[in-house]
Amino acid sequence: MKAVIELRDVRLAYGAHVVLNGITFSVHRGETLCVLGGSGVGKSTILKLILCLESMDSGSVTVLGHDLCSAGRSEIFKVRQRMGMVFQGSALFDSLPIFDNVAFALFEHTDLPLETIRERVREALAFVDLDFERVGEMLPSELSGGMKKRVAIARAIVHQPEILLFDEPTSGLDPITTRKIDTLIVKLRQELGVSSIVVTHDTQSACRIANRVALLQAGDIIFMGTPQQMLAAENPYIREYLE
Amino acid sequence: MPASDLSPLRLLDRALKSAAYRVQQYFDLLGRVLVSSVSRPFYGRDLTQQMDTIGVGSIGIVALTGLFTGMVLALQSAVEMRQFGATIYIGRLVGASIVRELGPVLTALMVTGRAGSGMAAQLGAMRITEQIDALETLGVDPVRKLVAPRFLAALIVLPMLTVVTDVIAVLGGLLIAVVKLDLTATLYMRSVYQALADTGFIFRFIPIDLVQGLVKPFVFGGIMALTSCYYGLSARGGTEGVGRAATHAVVTSSILILTTDYLLTQLLIALLIE
Repeated sequence: MKAVIELRDVRLAYGAHVVLNGITFSVHRGETLCVLGGSGVGKSTILKLILCLESMDSGSVTVLGHDLCSAGRSEIFKVRQRMGMVFQGSALFDSLPIFDNVAFALFEHTDLPLETIRERVREALAFVDLDFERVGEMLPSELSGGMKKRVAIARAIVHQPEILLFDEPTSGLDPITTRKIDTLIVKLRQELGVSSIVVTHDTQSACRIANRVALLQAGDIIFMGTPQQMLAAENPYIREYLE
Repeated sequence: MPASDLSPLRLLDRALKSAAYRVQQYFDLLGRVLVSSVSRPFYGRDLTQQMDTIGVGSIGIVALTGLFTGMVLALQSAVEMRQFGATIYIGRLVGASIVRELGPVLTALMVTGRAGSGMAAQLGAMRITEQIDALETLGVDPVRKLVAPRFLAALIVLPMLTVVTDVIAVLGGLLIAVVKLDLTATLYMRSVYQALADTGFIFRFIPIDLVQGLVKPFVFGGIMALTSCYYGLSARGGTEGVGRAATHAVVTSSILILTTDYLLTQLLIALLIE
């Protein structure tokens, strides 16, 4: 299977604090990889490195065949247009209504007529169980946390990306909304064939959505395998983490 | 932190490196803004929106600043000039000092306080809530989308606002000259015109003083917008960081404006008058 994201020997340190100590992994087309680990172990940093929002000390990151370490600014922006990101705090543009938030990438990168854009936004919102007529004109501040997350997912998928990155998509949400978001992530893989990396603390969530799980500790990947293999692992840290 | 890291030399070294890095980032941002301003895609709607926010939104404050500055200048100079029976020259003093110096500088400082702090706070809040990162992940360059329109808008509207300040300040002086000093409006306005005519004209009819007075706000506008956006984009550390960014934006812009004013005055005098 072809890798759409590949990290090789990636190292990053802030002064004396080593965040990533030479991690290597890849994500294949149509696969969901969950990255688990305690707070501050560098999970979100991995997403930022993949998006080139942060630079590493050494190693390489290849996304959709592009080596982003040697890529110029315009090439990076082009690769990003084939990806979508759902931020921990949703990161919706607070001065824009939901329609403009979701349609943002379409307005920026396509010449589609307004009617087509409205239809695409309607479809994206319907995919995450939101009613365009109800929320389209609302501002992000008028939505609940769960709805904001769903709008963020709609914004990330509206331009039909090949890769989706999720940073703690279920943090701070109640169990029912958490399950809804999990179902959406699985639906994205099954119906749209999207490859994704999900950074999370939630092991139950990870077991529901992941094809593979990576567990980070002190800058290293100490486990990589299926959720079933993780649950059966005897490594004391993994047991402690799961319990 | 280990004791060796706290040695004065080590601390000085770190502070200098950090300052040099910030200057490098500032000029890197300037370069990117200049490139973004002259290459596609352009964000025309954002530009007009920023011109409205910075320009139309600041008219009231610069008008008030101009009015009271002109009135105070006329009043204060009358005290001195009356001793020599030279109150008829008050128009010259008000006209020259407003058009050459006070108009551009006060306008820039007032707009920095109003719009510059707003820019830094808005971009800072966007940085802290990951909206800037979201823009980047959607394949949009934040410098092109957020900074370039603000920079261009400031370049365009600052000279216009300066003209507003100049005109209202001269009228403020006129009010005092007529009401308090018993001068005629014609005498006062002729005196203002003579002040501007004294330094000569470019293309026969554009007073050199006016050119000086409009080149400065153009540069000040760029400094204000760039500095405010720089601090906004580099905001860190929650709401406190946003407040810090706004404060730094206003203080640094003001200092840079005053310093640049001196250097520009030297340069313009050498180029246009001497």
